[in-house]
Amino acid sequence: MSLHQLTAHALLDILKSRQATPREAYEAVLERIKAVDPKVKAYIHLAHQEPDFSRELLFPIPIAIKDNLCTKSEEITCASRILKGFKSPYDAGVIERVKKSGGAILGIVNMDEFAFGSSCETSCYGSTFNPWDLKCVPGGSSGGSAAAVAADETIWALGSDTGGSIRQPASFCGIVGLKPTYGRVSRYGLIAFASSLDQIGPLTKDVRDCALMMNIISGYDERDSTSVNEPVPDYTKALVNDVRGLKIGIPKEAFVDGLNPEVRRSVEEALNLLKKLGAVIKEVSLPHTPYAVATYYIVATAEASSNLARFDGVRFGLRVQPDKVRKNALLDMYEETRSKGFGDEAKRRIMLGTYALSSGYYDAYYLRGQKVRTLIKNDLDEVFKDCDVIMTPTSPTVSFKVGEKLSDPLSMYLSDIYTIPANLAGIPAISIPCGFSQSGLPIGMQLMGKAFDEEMLLRVSYTYEQNTEWHLKKPNL
Amino acid sequence: MSNFETVIGLEVHLQLSTKTKIFCSCANQYGCLPNTNVCPVCLGLPGALPVLNHQALLYGIKVGLALNAEINSFIKFDRKNYYYPDSPKGYQISQFDFPVAKNGFLKIKSGAQEKRIGITRAHLEEDAGKLVHDNSGSCSLVDFNRTGTPLIEIVTEPDIRSPQEAYDYLNTLKLTLQYLGVSDCDMEKGSLRCDANVSIRPMGQTTLGTKTELKNMNSFRAVKTALEYEVRRHEQVILAGGKIVQETLLWNDEKAVTITMRSKEQAHDYRYFPDPDLVPFTIDYKVIDGVRAELPELPQAKFLRFLSQHGLLEYDANILVADADMADFFEAALKEYPHAKKIANWLGGPVLMELNNRKMNIVELKLSPKDLITLIAKVEDGVVSNLVGKEVLTAMLDEGKSADEIIKEKGLAQVSDDAALLIIIDEVIAQNPSVVEQIKLGKPNAAGFLVGQAMKKSGGRANPKKLNELITRRISGA
Repeated sequence: MSLHQLTAHALLDILKSRQATPREAYEAVLERIKAVDPKVKAYIHLAHQEPDFSRELLFPIPIAIKDNLCTKSEEITCASRILKGFKSPYDAGVIERVKKSGGAILGIVNMDEFAFGSSCETSCYGSTFNPWDLKCVPGGSSGGSAAAVAADETIWALGSDTGGSIRQPASFCGIVGLKPTYGRVSRYGLIAFASSLDQIGPLTKDVRDCALMMNIISGYDERDSTSVNEPVPDYTKALVNDVRGLKIGIPKEAFVDGLNPEVRRSVEEALNLLKKLGAVIKEVSLPHTPYAVATYYIVATAEASSNLARFDGVRFGLRVQPDKVRKNALLDMYEETRSKGFGDEAKRRIMLGTYALSSGYYDAYYLRGQKVRTLIKNDLDEVFKDCDVIMTPTSPTVSFKVGEKLSDPLSMYLSDIYTIPANLAGIPAISIPCGFSQSGLPIGMQLMGKAFDEEMLLRVSYTYEQNTEWHLKKPNL
Repeated sequence: MSNFETVIGLEVHLQLSTKTKIFCSCANQYGCLPNTNVCPVCLGLPGALPVLNHQALLYGIKVGLALNAEINSFIKFDRKNYYYPDSPKGYQISQFDFPVAKNGFLKIKSGAQEKRIGITRAHLEEDAGKLVHDNSGSCSLVDFNRTGTPLIEIVTEPDIRSPQEAYDYLNTLKLTLQYLGVSDCDMEKGSLRCDANVSIRPMGQTTLGTKTELKNMNSFRAVKTALEYEVRRHEQVILAGGKIVQETLLWNDEKAVTITMRSKEQAHDYRYFPDPDLVPFTIDYKVIDGVRAELPELPQAKFLRFLSQHGLLEYDANILVADADMADFFEAALKEYPHAKKIANWLGGPVLMELNNRKMNIVELKLSPKDLITLIAKVEDGVVSNLVGKEVLTAMLDEGKSADEIIKEKGLAQVSDDAALLIIIDEVIAQNPSVVEQIKLGKPNAAGFLVGQAMKKSGGRANPKKLNELITRRISGA
């Protein structure tokens, strides 16, 4: 196998035995990017600064960074015209941790504009394509991260997940993606979409890499008031090939109409395998989950409408001043900058959120949304009293054609029907590969766990992975 | 004269003098070069997050307690959304439904009357930056140094009944806040800013009239003048059969008029919602009790104590209490020199004059309580006269030396030596035979004139008591 095809842990073994140097590994991946990225279009730009290979560090692993994680002296834009030219003067908390561990940043990868989307099509840089079928989307919003990992254009990648933005593209691209517990990973330096839902997490080629990356990025950060001061375990210790006696809850609400039969079959087969391996399968109910998508689109857009207010043309990024004065110079500048700077989906969400927070509507929308959110969390808490994990498909479908759903936002929003509850409840959830459709597109399954019990997710995922080979398959590029 | 009652409510914004800003670790400092005292957080850069400065919260609690308010132990921050170039995030972090303090009051004295002004709420928030307008009018510049300075907004009930009362409230509030040591309360630097809501109604009516909001008053005096103007305007409009329009007006100090800024229709919908970046939390009652225990003696209590404990007159006590540092100085001096009235006279007289002349605070003055009482003792012991004592004080402050040094160096000590004084007295007697005659005829008051003349000749240094004694003796021939 070539260096770029390796998992992080396999590459580490090779580096340790001095069969290759970190620089060689880095350059091998850059070569791969050069060869296949013109087709995949995962990268927005390569890093301006070459990593420091002079020091011997623990994890000198090539890594791709989502375009919403502030990385010092790199242009970070959230794939939006409005942030064009913004060079971050500081490193996000996770970027600091990655750099400290030796991480070799390859470049900045594509995403849906401001993470608004499930297909990576709303990027101002254009679509990223699914390495398994270049006519299809890689999922989103961390589509660039997922496609780069699947295409061996990086060893692993960082993404962010607000309603499924790590897990859904991971499932579309046949890789592993974990959204940690809210507060497990510092959000300092993550350009906010919905502050109460956002969480940064790993996209990797297998479950062991996911555990390794969690060791690097997890932990308390006093610069993020929502980060939780909870001890960080060694997540690799959770990689135990044993699910005997573990209870897996299957929500009856998950297997309903609209679920693609191929996805359904794959997840059911995975379930049977886990059962065979000794897990106890239990049907459970999450009665309020049918309201999850609606709740999410109120809470998330409300927060987004406020979070995106700072993109006003005053201090950084794009500024457009119309030639003729219409109202007054300041209002004209605001309107013109934001009209030209944001794409359609961003505008749609800003308007939805602004409406939900408006005086007279706040109680009916935002406040009610928060209440339903509590009910959804209570449902999950109830199930976790008797279950170790909850299993569902990651997405109701496999990847779809580029352009297919772009003009149909509602059907696009339903792409996140299984992933959203974990964000609303703040619990960890992982997507791992569990099969392929007849057309050769990857299928993913999702495991949700109790807050701060990422170890249980890793253990069940690892066991499943050890007993299957889906994660070893590579797309033909 | 008028049949209307004035109703006023005030909103005071106070910058809290914490070491660092309210949501980041930038220094809370005034007067830096533009945009040098900033970081990703207070600049509202993408990805930056706020973290509450605990000190600001403690200061907020302190203000609340001093205003006799209930403290909310549930601490929550909200976003107030609006666009303006000096607001870097497009929203201000403030407190909406859980202000740190609510339902308080402040007792004020307006004329001879004591009155309670209700405090509706006091909440914490962050200050905005400052716009600097280019003279050519072609652009405006923004200075973000002030962004994130902790503010507490103190809102009164509509309890104030006249511009004078508003003025008195502001002075009492300012003094109270100064005692707390939470702010320098300097209106010129913008540490304290005041907006006013005013309406009028026919005497006896219980519902409120339509109010207008006044902004841009740069001194307490301006608040009073602006309110007086606005009350007159309301009266004129209503008497002419018109209606007051609810709006926000800017006070123009130069022209002494109010100018419309925005009407109610243009009022913002701030779309308040809980800031998801700052997790609400509950503070322990022990924390509140701890702040309560550390509250200093407040001006009104100190005033009463100065009357009862030190036997001061109201006039003297008022002067001392009006400046917390002055009051502390007084009590420090009193410890070593138990003559309250004398110290109060000196502080309220010569020392206060020096402070005014030098535009200084007593803490900035090169004068310790010990220095002052040494000087007072010199005067009381007759080493220098009262008049020369004031001169000594000025020299002490100019040169930073002790009273003893000044008196010695400048030869200001009173001359009490008989031989030296007799030389002067003999001269005076020789020059004023007619006065001497009058004294001999039994008009002892005439001696005063001779004492004055002799004093003049001595350059003010002669001991007047001694002079009187010697002149009388000399003339009576004893």
